[in-house]
Amino acid sequence: MANLPENAALRRTLALGPALAIIGIFMLIPVIIMASYSFLEAKSFGGVNWVFSGDAYVQLFYERMLDDSLRLSPGYLIIIGRSVALALVAMVCCLLVGFPVAWFIARQPLRQRNMWILLITIPFWTNQLVRTFAWIIILGRNGVIEVPFRWTGLLAPEQTLGLMYSNFAITVGLTYTFIPLMVLPIYASLEKLDFSLVEAGADLYSSRWETFSNIIIPLSKPGIIAGCLLVFIPSLGAFIQPDLLGGGKNLMLGTLVQFQFSTARNWPFGSAIAMILLAFVVVFLMLYARASRGSKSLEVH
Amino acid sequence: MVVRDNTIPAVAPRLGEKKRRAFGEVPGLRTLAFCFLAFLYLPIGVLVAYSFNDGNIVMVWTGFSTDWYVKVFGNADIRKAALNSVIVAVSATAIATTCATLAALALARGGAFRGKGATLGIITLPLMVPEIVTAVATLVFFSSIGLNLGLGNVIIAHTTFCIPFAFMPIRARLEGMDTTLEQASRDLYASDWETFRLVTLPLLMPGVLAGAMLSFVISMDDFIITLMVAGAGDTTLPVYIYSMIRQGITPEVNAVSSILLLFSIVMVTAYWFTTRQKPGPNAH
Repeated sequence: MANLPENAALRRTLALGPALAIIGIFMLIPVIIMASYSFLEAKSFGGVNWVFSGDAYVQLFYERMLDDSLRLSPGYLIIIGRSVALALVAMVCCLLVGFPVAWFIARQPLRQRNMWILLITIPFWTNQLVRTFAWIIILGRNGVIEVPFRWTGLLAPEQTLGLMYSNFAITVGLTYTFIPLMVLPIYASLEKLDFSLVEAGADLYSSRWETFSNIIIPLSKPGIIAGCLLVFIPSLGAFIQPDLLGGGKNLMLGTLVQFQFSTARNWPFGSAIAMILLAFVVVFLMLYARASRGSKSLEVH
Repeated sequence: MVVRDNTIPAVAPRLGEKKRRAFGEVPGLRTLAFCFLAFLYLPIGVLVAYSFNDGNIVMVWTGFSTDWYVKVFGNADIRKAALNSVIVAVSATAIATTCATLAALALARGGAFRGKGATLGIITLPLMVPEIVTAVATLVFFSSIGLNLGLGNVIIAHTTFCIPFAFMPIRARLEGMDTTLEQASRDLYASDWETFRLVTLPLLMPGVLAGAMLSFVISMDDFIITLMVAGAGDTTLPVYIYSMIRQGITPEVNAVSSILLLFSIVMVTAYWFTTRQKPGPNAH
């Protein structure tokens, strides 16, 4: 029996239906509902009153005083700033370590290359919570790092290096968790890189730095951009790392959202922060789309 | 695909020219790469090592013991959480892989149609939205429609974010697959269903298997979405581990974490060899 065109279209719709319905109903609609919640009035113990209110967004910048006047309050802006700053620092750390490692792997024989990639992939797919927890044992009080200091008496029993519950610990956690997402795309673009171009540069007496900045960087740019994005976005919305390693003082956007829903029970405010996080992601994805178009046109030349 | 050996840059030292080191061989790169590997694996090693600590406090080593593992297996709460994890992961994987297979077939074999880009966008949407946003949006959704199916809620949430993970390897497999066998089957008067069942599906199976394994691992590992969505009796293993960490760290946490780690490592390695070892059907 020949395929009737409308039959094929019907079959296609039926096949796409379940996946689209599940994601549409349980992902797209929830995000839309959450977006509308951010413009509603908060009920005292979670939930919302169906009355329009911009309070959630006002609360981000201002504090409402007793006489109902507004005063500029930097508290939440500091949390947004901290999230962006730590995500950026983690991204730079990942790039500085990830690029040379990716370069090294790309120069190995094929068999060893695959082995390296497997070794980098394994930790990435193991439980994030558990791997972050491991850093408590390393950075924490009496942890692996502090032990030698105690043995040598450099650290008195009541003293601590204070590595845990700091921005430093969060950065280590983020870098550790997401660095495979930097190495893999850079490796993918370096693997395709035509090394004869690098040699040509060297033969034409360009210095090492010139070869690096004029040949290698432009040719591996798609991988670098993808890697930066893949590290930055999950770092910005991270929950586990700031929660376990940052302690109560060093909130990031992810922990703030969770706090609003579980403890503070201010759903509109929590939704507003989640919307801001989503807005950041959309902006960066758009920048990425533009940048990858740019690097495509570069390849054509 | 041309296999190119680019391992050694052929910069032969020429006469009268200062000997140059090949560009790729920056000194210390190998050391850095091995330090990086140590950075990746040492925390895991430390975690596992301390799970054999005899003492009550993780960081104070008192002696070797496997007692904590005995304790983990004897802990009814951990067993229940682990069972919940498996129930959720199996259900979510089964539903997600089925939906993803159908969707991938429709996209790869259904020809061009309007809204193809948008369809792909929706299917990969869960990959782009930050997990914490998905978590609270799902919480808000379930509470606003009053859906309370216990573990069912968790299964729904997991199925949603597993679909793109199952979808990607299946689609990659389909796109690398030669259509000539399917055409040959039709030419030999096999019905569409027979072609699908006897030709397409067996060829697609490694992709389906890879997709299923990936979504199983993703579901078993999920923490934040389950934390927000699950009710009190429906905790999964990662959520239970989180509550243990909150209560105070004993080597028991390390022991149960080590078991979970071992499980993931086995799954990922299996996934790796499923997708890598056999060349695709069109690689002659």
